Amino acid sequence: MITLNHYLWISGLLFALGIAGIIIRRNLLVIFMALEMNLNAANLALIAFSKFNKLVDGQVLVFFIIAIAAAEVAVGLAIIVALFRRQQTVSVDELNSMRL
Amino acid sequence: MTIHDTLFWFFSFAMLFCGVLVISSRNPVTSAMFLVALFVFMAGLFVLLEAFFLAAIQILVYAGAVMVLFLFVIMLLNIQANERRKFRRLGLLGGLIVAGAFVWELAIILRAPIAAMVPGKAGFGGSLEAVVKPLFTNYMLPFEVTALLLLVAMIGVVLLSKKDLK
Repeated sequence: MITLNHYLWISGLLFALGIAGIIIRRNLLVIFMALEMNLNAANLALIAFSKFNKLVDGQVLVFFIIAIAAAEVAVGLAIIVALFRRQQTVSVDELNSMRL
Repeated sequence: MTIHDTLFWFFSFAMLFCGVLVISSRNPVTSAMFLVALFVFMAGLFVLLEAFFLAAIQILVYAGAVMVLFLFVIMLLNIQANERRKFRRLGLLGGLIVAGAFVWELAIILRAPIAAMVPGKAGFGGSLEAVVKPLFTNYMLPFEVTALLLLVAMIGVVLLSKKDLK
């Protein structure tokens, strides 16, 4: 019998993987991908709650989260491309000054 | 074990396995491919939770549009794979400590089964009408604001891609 706790465990483990990816990796693009994993973990938790409480509001919120995450990825990648044009690197070890 | 339980365990473990491979691959393109697989397994979990419309939207938007954008940018920047993964020891240790602390908290919180809040309104479903009807009635304001936000994001992306701001 799969209960709500099972889904929340899976969502939490995926979120922990995302946080570990953000802290461990040095490549900006992989950090951004781990961020998307975090958002997906939150989506899973919302839909699990929506099903087990029989309310549809969780699914509506996930609809908004997916739309806003897509916009965020577009803007974030535009920033990364602009940054790469200036500094010729996407490693956060070398992107350590605010000098243009 | 019913088919439902079997599919849940399969999708969950495949998703977490893909997640581990996303954050530990040497090549960013490999990470992106495993992220696409993760989104597809996540859509499978959505279907198990009877959120059919959102499973389709997840495949279309996340696996279809967002990851294609990621791959375009990776190919555009021509990121080379690291020959030798220069992991900072401190970074690896810090990441594992933070993730471990989070999982420990999760174990504490999820010790007791979480009970349902309300008996549940009528008209719950995962179909298109059930999800979209509140979108046009109760959540009309966030809907319009999200449309405005998408417009602002589009303008911002075009502006950020200009070579010189003349």
